Amino acid sequence: MELIKVTIDNKVVEVEKGTTILGAAKKVNVDIPTLCHFKLHDMNIENKPGGCRICVVEVDGRKNLAPACATDCTEGMVIKSHSVRVINARKTVMELILSDHPFECLVCAKSGTCDLQSLAQQLGIRKIHFEGKKSSYRLDTSPSIIREMNKCIMCRRCEMMCNKVQTVGALSAINRGFDSVVSTAFEMNLKNSTCTYCGQCVSVCPTGALTEVDDTARIIRALADPSKTVIVQTAPAVRVALGEEFGMEPGTIVTGKMVAALRRIGFDQVFDTDFAADLTIMEEGSELLNRLGKHLAGDKTVKLPMLTSCCPAWVNFFEKQFPDMLDIPSTAKSPQQMFGAIAKTYLADKMGIKREDLVVVSVMPCLAKKYEAQRDEFKTNGNPDVDFSISTRELAHLIKQTIRDFDSLPDEDFDRPMGESTGAGVIFGTTGGVIEAAVRSAYELHTHKKLPRLNFEELRGLEGIREATIDFDGLPIKIGIAHGLGNARKLLEDIRAGRSHFHAIEIMSCPGGCIGGGGQPLHHGHSSIIKARQAAIYKEDAGKAIRKSHENPDIIKLYDEFLGTPLGEKSHHLLHTEYFNRKK
Amino acid sequence: MATTEIVLKEKQVQQIKDICKQFNNESGELINVLHKTQSLFGYLPSEVQVVIAQELNMSLAKVFGVVTFYSYFTMTPRGEHPIDVCMGTACYVRGAEKVLEEFKRQLKIEVGETTLDGKFSINSLRCVGACGLAPVVIVGDKTYGAVTSADVKNILKEYENK
Repeated sequence: MELIKVTIDNKVVEVEKGTTILGAAKKVNVDIPTLCHFKLHDMNIENKPGGCRICVVEVDGRKNLAPACATDCTEGMVIKSHSVRVINARKTVMELILSDHPFECLVCAKSGTCDLQSLAQQLGIRKIHFEGKKSSYRLDTSPSIIREMNKCIMCRRCEMMCNKVQTVGALSAINRGFDSVVSTAFEMNLKNSTCTYCGQCVSVCPTGALTEVDDTARIIRALADPSKTVIVQTAPAVRVALGEEFGMEPGTIVTGKMVAALRRIGFDQVFDTDFAADLTIMEEGSELLNRLGKHLAGDKTVKLPMLTSCCPAWVNFFEKQFPDMLDIPSTAKSPQQMFGAIAKTYLADKMGIKREDLVVVSVMPCLAKKYEAQRDEFKTNGNPDVDFSISTRELAHLIKQTIRDFDSLPDEDFDRPMGESTGAGVIFGTTGGVIEAAVRSAYELHTHKKLPRLNFEELRGLEGIREATIDFDGLPIKIGIAHGLGNARKLLEDIRAGRSHFHAIEIMSCPGGCIGGGGQPLHHGHSSIIKARQAAIYKEDAGKAIRKSHENPDIIKLYDEFLGTPLGEKSHHLLHTEYFNRKK
Repeated sequence: MATTEIVLKEKQVQQIKDICKQFNNESGELINVLHKTQSLFGYLPSEVQVVIAQELNMSLAKVFGVVTFYSYFTMTPRGEHPIDVCMGTACYVRGAEKVLEEFKRQLKIEVGETTLDGKFSINSLRCVGACGLAPVVIVGDKTYGAVTSADVKNILKEYENK
């Protein structure tokens, strides 16, 4: 490792060869503003096209200014990060960017969380001295994501996420010069492209160019309709991130306040998707044991590994890109959809109302859940099992519209029966959690012995692809885990080539799993936020009295009163689904 | 981008596949593949790009991105006599823009378009490397130097009955 010395604003710093000026500046706490540059530390995600020129600095002996994000340090380099020349250049660059940006900040969905807006403020832009052509693109709406490319500044972060990290390939820079923009193939609508609605493009977009479809107004209307009973379910990853929207430390657990807020907004019953996650484990875990048993008995028609199926962007991904492998994922519906299916049958019966009069809302860390809720196979006579799905960000907006002081709300409990959950349901929110929850139950159901431990550290972490072998009382179960669709692709290609040795694989589309979902509060590139959310998930799990799905008393009751047995006829009808070849 | 919808014949699909194979189906050879395919078909309709994306195992959006980036590539069929007007610096300062405007006016089409009878299409290029002849116009294989807007009518006349 070769070390070199550079001087930034009179501070001498030693850095490894290959470090950028931006990296060196961080070491001595010199803040160089950036815009197109984006980095999620420790997660191997970086965007540095060096295109926006906001991070320019002055380097002694160099004629032009250097982009700090894309210029490597050299021995003896002397750098000025905020000389008059630098500051003027940054302002000019910003004004040029803004000269082709609609001034809609007051009504823009990203206002307040927009990188472009906060940078313009930081640089003290008060007037745009340039007037020129403005871009004009049509609005592209899909079930989950809205593209408003007039607001695009060509940072290409979305393109990086879509291609490098997710390998979805829906987006690419097209055209050149002033006409260049990030678009789909042939500028088709997103819904006709290979897009999976994972929403990672939205979560890194520094402007209002990419946003979620906002369903909050429809929910307010449903709440005001006296003929409707409106219930809500909240996904595990929401409770460990929602607090950020109200200025709380990342990783603050706000489960109780969230429940209280939802009651005050006017939901008739507040339930927990974690309950449905426990139900998913009952079905998916049983399916795994069933497939495993047959496979070990030599049944060649049974395929292994079995892949999890609770992530809707992942389902979209394999339906669009691996249609030859539709029989590998579990047929179990996602927790969101299991909740909807049970709510509109079992619960509606208990409440004595018709399914049409019951409105099921879900709060998800996810944008693909919006699309999932609209799938035809999850409707009965046109009535969807889940009527509306909103993101964590939309819930924050909904709370801000209706309640003034989220912080001082009391902690309240979920309603029963669909609000009772276990620690296994909670950890569905992080990468490694679904398979850990499955192991906790499958082990006991298979061996009829009590688990010697509940924490499976070997399944946890943030490595993109992980593997572990869990001993099922003499039977070694090989488990694979991938998060990020690019990592999922690697495991899928291994399976296709016959190289996979796993029995079960958990896949989540978003880096970190649902805690890093496309519908979460924006992390602005701070991976420490994702780590804090993950730690909070495991903390919530550890604090639960019951931590195994099959021990959830309301789940046991649900099978007794209504479903019968896992994988039984009723379960098959209500809790399992099929997949379709959606390759175009 | 508007493009005429076409259905490729099996033989044409095979031709594209063969071109990709010549370049070992490597995604890094995309530009060469596009170049060769365009010289075969005259243009790169979306259906052709779909086959190329599949063969090179890359995203369709990326292929489209490259096709739209380079002015040499076109998604509309070029005319029987494609007109290329050089808009490089030398040609530009010597009046290439006026020449281009005159072609557009006479043929009633924009840059990148083809006349309804399929005879002419107009394209603008950046420097063909013949700056001494500026402004330069190329029609098919023939190069015209020191072109003025007054010459446009006569140039077009040459091809009227061809």
